[in-house]
Order: sequence, then C-alpha cells, then structure tokens
Amino acid sequence: MSLVRAEHLTKTYRSGEVEVRAIQGADFVIEPSSFVAFVGPSGSGKSTLLNMIGCLDHPSSGTLTVLDTDIATLDRRAAAQFRGKHIGFIFQDFNLIPVLTVYENIEYPLMMVQEWPLEKRRAQVKRLLEAVGMADQADKRPDQLSGGQKQRVAIARALVSDAKLVLADEPTANLDRDTAYRIIELMKRMRDEFGTTFVFSTHDPKIMSEAEVTFTLEDGKIASRADQKEAHHA
Amino acid sequence: MLNVLKFAGRNLLRYRRRTMLTLLLIVIGMVSVLLFMGVTGSFKAMMIGQFTDSVLGHLEVHRKGYVASIDNLPLNLNMKAGMIGKVEEALKGIDAVEAYSPRVKFGAMFSNFSETTSIRVNGIDPERETATTPLMRGRLTEGRKEGALVGRGEVLIPILLARGMKTKIGDTVVLVATNLDGSVNGKTFVVAGILESITGPGGRDGYIHIDDARALLRFQEPEVSEFAIRLKDFSKLDRVTEQLRRALAGLTNKEGKPVLEVHTWADLSPFANLARMIDVMTLFIKIVLVSIVLVSVMNVMIMAVYERIREIGTISAIGTLPGRILALFLSEGLLLGLIGTVAGTLISLAIIYALNIWKITFAFGQQQDLLLAPALATTDVITIAAMVVMVAVIASLQPAWKASHMDPILALRHV
Repeated sequence: MSLVRAEHLTKTYRSGEVEVRAIQGADFVIEPSSFVAFVGPSGSGKSTLLNMIGCLDHPSSGTLTVLDTDIATLDRRAAAQFRGKHIGFIFQDFNLIPVLTVYENIEYPLMMVQEWPLEKRRAQVKRLLEAVGMADQADKRPDQLSGGQKQRVAIARALVSDAKLVLADEPTANLDRDTAYRIIELMKRMRDEFGTTFVFSTHDPKIMSEAEVTFTLEDGKIASRADQKEAHHA
Repeated sequence: MLNVLKFAGRNLLRYRRRTMLTLLLIVIGMVSVLLFMGVTGSFKAMMIGQFTDSVLGHLEVHRKGYVASIDNLPLNLNMKAGMIGKVEEALKGIDAVEAYSPRVKFGAMFSNFSETTSIRVNGIDPERETATTPLMRGRLTEGRKEGALVGRGEVLIPILLARGMKTKIGDTVVLVATNLDGSVNGKTFVVAGILESITGPGGRDGYIHIDDARALLRFQEPEVSEFAIRLKDFSKLDRVTEQLRRALAGLTNKEGKPVLEVHTWADLSPFANLARMIDVMTLFIKIVLVSIVLVSVMNVMIMAVYERIREIGTISAIGTLPGRILALFLSEGLLLGLIGTVAGTLISLAIIYALNIWKITFAFGQQQDLLLAPALATTDVITIAAMVVMVAVIASLQPAWKASHMDPILALRHV
C-alpha cells in the first residue's frame, strides 16, 4: 500500500505573462515509513511538489493521492483539516512562533488545530520534548535557541499530532554541516520510533545520500529514482 | 476560545509599545466621552431639575391655544369649573402622578405707592404648589422658611423687582389687574418673601394665594389657567404625557376637537434647546471616539497582519482552520477594546469621584454657586463600553479576514 501516489502529475502557473511548467508528468510512489528525498537544483520543482503533497496546492492535471485521498477534491477548509490530522511540516527557516515557548510551540497543533484535552496534550508534548532532546529547554523562547535546537522543536511540532507524513522543505539549508547531519539523524530516528514517513527536499549531495529513496528532479520532471536501501541490501 | 484569547494576548504583548499607544488612545477617548457625559449630564439634570422643581413642574395642562399666547396671559383661555373637575379626575386616575397644582396666571401692575411696574402673577395653592415644585421654597432669599409658602394677603416677589422697586419684606404693595370684562381692580398685599432669580421663564413671576387671585380678578366661579404636575418618576415623562393626553382627549369642543393641551417642561422652557444641543454635542463626541477606536485598532491590526504574514502561512500550513485564524485576529481587537474600555471606565469613575469630592461650583445665568455633581448612569457606561468593544472588533474584521484567507504558499514565501 502506498502512502503517496502521483500519476502524470503536472503543475503550471503563470508568472506575469509567462506560463511556468513547474511539474511535468511526474509519476512516483512513496511507501509508508520511508525516508525519501526530492533532490535537484533550484527551480527544478522540489518545493512545488512538496506543496502539492502537503495539500497546500492543487495539481493542474494528473492525480495525486495522499493517504488514499485525492487531494484535488479537497477544498481550502478540508485541505487544512487534512493537513492538521495527517501531515507535519518542517521549514527551512524553522518558522517557530516567536511569542510561544518551546513547549507551547510543540503544543500549538494539539491546542489550536486538534483540540486535544489538556492532560493528553501534556503527556504527548512531554514525550516529543524528550524524543527530540529538548525537555530541558521547554520554557525557552525560540530567540533563545540555536538553529539546530529550533529545528528539533520544529520536528517535534511536526510529529506531535501523530502525523503519518512529515514534509521538510530544505530542512538543513540554514544549518552548519554537523548540525545538519544531526537533524537528519534525528529525523531518521523519529521515523524509526514513530513509523512516520519523512519526505524532504535538498540540493546538498551529502545530505541527499542519507535518504533511503531519492527522486531526482530536473526541469519539473523526475529524472531518476534511487533506492539506497535496496542498494545497501544488494 | 480561551486558548485563542491567550494566544491573542501574547501577540498583543509582542509589540508592547504599539499596543500601549493604541490602548492609550482608546482610554483617552473613553475618558473624554464618559467625563463629558458625566459633567454635561449632571449640568443638564440639575438645570432641568431647577426648572421643573421650582417653576414649571414636569408637565402642564392648559386650554388649547393658551401656551401659544402665554406672553399675554389670556384670562379668556382659563379652564372653568366643569373642566377643572374633569382634569383633576384624570390626574387622580394616573398612579404615576405624585402631585399637581392649579394656578391662576395673570399680568398685573405692581405698585409700592411711589413707583409702578409690571409683574406676572401666579395665584397658587401653597400646599399643592410646594408638593409640585418642591424647590420653590429654596428660591426664597428672604422670608419665612417654614409654614405656608404664601398666605392670604401676602405676595412673593422676584429679587429683581424687589431691588428695582426698593421693596423689602413686610412692605405693603398694591397689585392692580384688569378683569376679563375689562374692569380694573386693585388689592393690597404684604411682601412675605423675595424670590431668587432663575434663568428662563419665571424670572419676573410673583406669587399670591389662589383665593386672592380669584378675588382680585373677580371670578364668579373657580377658574384655573394651568395645572402643573409632578411625576413620581421623571424618567417616565413621555409615557405619562401620552397617558394624560389620552385621558384628556375626551374633552372636546363643539367641533369634536380636544380643548386641552398637555405640555412637558421641554415644550415650555428655552433650556430644552440647550439640553438638545448638549445631546448633539455628546453624539459628536461619541462619533469622535468611534473614529479614534476604529482608526487606531484598524491600524495596529493591519500592521500585525503585515508583520506576521510568514507566521500566518506557518499556522495555516500546519492545519489551523481559516475560521480559527479569523478568530485569533478578531480576539486581538477584542482584547484591545476590552482592556481600553475597562481602563477608560475605571479612570473616568475615579475622576468623577474626585470631582464630587472637590465640590466644584459654577454660575449659570443669574444663578450662582450651582454645585457640579457629575455622575454616570450605568446604562451610559455599558452603552459606551459595548460600543468601543464592538468598534474594536469591527476594526479588526478586515485585517482578520485578510489573514484567514491568505494563501499559505504565498505567505510562507513572504520575506
């Protein structure tokens, strides 16, 4: 059973007078609990693809099914509900809410999106804080954290509502190399611990080598698919 | 909802200085309006009280056409015995009426045997007049402070007349009046009291006993120029006026038209126009307050949305529903309005309390040392507070709507 399935997926949009074909007939499948990277140079369509998988954007044609839901059928509200329930996001710039503490940032999706009861919320946030190694920083504000710590909080926030799929657009772009590796390792560990599928984009060759499945994008087309797991097994 | 309010509160604290400035504007606006309403309301109520409780009563009943020619004090428009009985019957049938006083009004010549001048004379029943216009006795600068307001053979004269005619308490004077049939009659009176002037009608009014008035005018039967009426509750003036009009509507002439008119104090006093002007000024002050709140809250909320576009994109991406984002920004406006309202109300009440302790006096026309006693009606405070909070929420509506309908992709790309 596939978690994400794309068939003849295209996305075109207008930029002024010019029609941009961001994704052109992409076909791919992402399996549950996998660790997948979309790689390619800037403008190759990585972010557009992640936006569509994350139900932030609709395809122009073709079909994209996420968790057995054709995302083209979701209206704005339904898409938000779907994201809140099933998808977590990690951003390049961390995008933590500056007025909230680490604890509150992680709690936000449970409180403002899912509306979990307080006790259940508290237990889940504590669990995630410990999982990402930020339990001792719970009361700090984002501006008191390093880049790596911020991204750990972002990972915890993405996982806190038991998301089946976490999308990370260039999650290591603003981090130094050592921190970037630690973040990727943490994401892998979270995948192992929670069984969540991680899909991230990167143009860093060393980071992309950490992915188990790599889709290479060139000019909006999937140029190749590499399965490191199978390669390792072979 | 509590979580939304908590989050909104945090967001307001993010830009403390801007929030404080906006709150300051709302507080200044609230304090200005409430103080203006408190002071002018007190002034208005006091002045209305002066007119109604010392001269006019709350309502008056006259023969139709009497008020239109009141400057002439026409004797031919007096109510006759039958009509008087019916009016009294109607007044007794209305529970809201506390007291009423029949009056005979006429123009007369006032002579101290060496000089003569004109005077408007009111023939009154002292007990009923005291019950209807309880502040009348308070206008006596000289004369007895207890017992009947005016006895038979006595006259109360206005201070301007007393000064001009060099007349004092105990002096004998003559009142000369023309009867309805054109004959002239005179009667001597002893000055029993000197009345303080009052701005508006009544500044040249003297008072004698109603029986003396009837004797001076040689009435064959009791006649009354007007009935002054005092209500138990002044706030029910409009309702009682209508009730009385309906009760008297049965008294008609040969053509079937009503022969009596009911006038409120406002119909009879020029101060009513000043009172209306105060109401209009209050309305303008309220409009200014609404504008201040609207512009300041809208400005701060537009800035808040603009500065948090990426954050809006983030919370939208992680699944916050558009309605929740709308509620979040509306809550920020609501909190601004609520905090500003509470602070503004508390400061206003403190200032009004201080003004009442300091006992500020002022002069109005001929009247000196009127005590300013500002007060705020609970309904006024609630109305203004609700208006400010509502306007604050309305001012947040457009920015909140914009935030809730933002495309998360564009918002996340915003630099």
